[in-house]
Amino acid sequence: MKTANKRPLSPHLQVYKPQLTSVLSILHRATGAALAVGTLLVTYWLTSIAGGEESFNSANAILGSWFGRLVLFFWSWALFYHLSNGIRHLMWDSGFGLDLPTVYKSGKIMVGASLALTILLWLVA
Amino acid sequence: MAEFTLPANSVVKSGKTWPAPTGATRVKNFRIYRYDPSTGENPRWDTYQIDLDQCGPMVLDALLKIKNEIDPSLTFRRSCREGICGSCSMNIGGTNTLACIKAIDAFEGDLQISPLPHMEVVKDLVPDLTHFYAQYASIKPWMQTQTPAPPDRERLQSPEDRKKLDGLYECILCASCSTSCPSYWWNSDRYLGPAVLLQANRWVVDSRDEATGERLDNLEDPFRLYRCHTIMNCTNTCPKGLNPAKAIAELKQKMIERR
Repeated sequence: MKTANKRPLSPHLQVYKPQLTSVLSILHRATGAALAVGTLLVTYWLTSIAGGEESFNSANAILGSWFGRLVLFFWSWALFYHLSNGIRHLMWDSGFGLDLPTVYKSGKIMVGASLALTILLWLVA
Repeated sequence: MAEFTLPANSVVKSGKTWPAPTGATRVKNFRIYRYDPSTGENPRWDTYQIDLDQCGPMVLDALLKIKNEIDPSLTFRRSCREGICGSCSMNIGGTNTLACIKAIDAFEGDLQISPLPHMEVVKDLVPDLTHFYAQYASIKPWMQTQTPAPPDRERLQSPEDRKKLDGLYECILCASCSTSCPSYWWNSDRYLGPAVLLQANRWVVDSRDEATGERLDNLEDPFRLYRCHTIMNCTNTCPKGLNPAKAIAELKQKMIERR
């Protein structure tokens, strides 16, 4: 059938209700991207050591400031989230936990674990 | 590249309100996506105020009431009204399901109804499923054999082998799962989507089928199968309670096992 006008695209993100399934999935991707950027920051911190005392002190001042620490806090959470959900993905790829109740349970456990590990790291560090 | 916003011709404008009849006791607002291809205008949200005391229990009952008594131009697909034909799949209250087996009182407040997401709209709640069906045809959804069939009877299957089809054969191809999948939204040109992949697995696991190798060969592609990122919206939304994500995971496992 030929229509005079191009057919519209039905609404998707605009109407689809956020689900635990989709929200945790997009967070996995977001934390993955954030990790790539954040790792550059940590690399800058480490390489500043090679530049001598002065360069390390300036890098340390930036990352040790309250804002730097805040960024590092979220970076560490992104790391633990990506790690925990990565284990969940490994489990799925081996064929386990693919039924809906288990998916919801493992999702909640995973979020809890990522938060607990982040807090533990900052208490220890 | 994925486009997260709607194209200019697809932005939904606000439309008309059809008020409830006077004396209505239990009124619910149905906000329904309308698109009329004959006008060339953008789609719109029309609101129909329905007296639930004068309406059947299912969402399809409300749509039929609107079409019969209020606005005969409202267009949607329906047939069996008992969840076996898959015609009335649409986005109801934010998730995809069948209007005929979804109760109105499963939703509080106003209820929004739109066509299956990220599809070309033919009219109102009717999406164009041509591409979806073409993808289904591409997996050759029929039994393929080399050996001749027994002369005196059908090809038999043990009860154990038959059991492997449970959870797969029940799929009615309503496309609720495929159109709930963000991967399918962004890559439906090359990714087959959950419904078609579940069907692919249905033929791969069938003990009578002799084309398993070719079937898996056909899925050895960066997009057709592997755009599934186990998001799980498909399983979450399937109105038949099936698990396409699990079927896809099984396909991925079989791809590795045969190496």
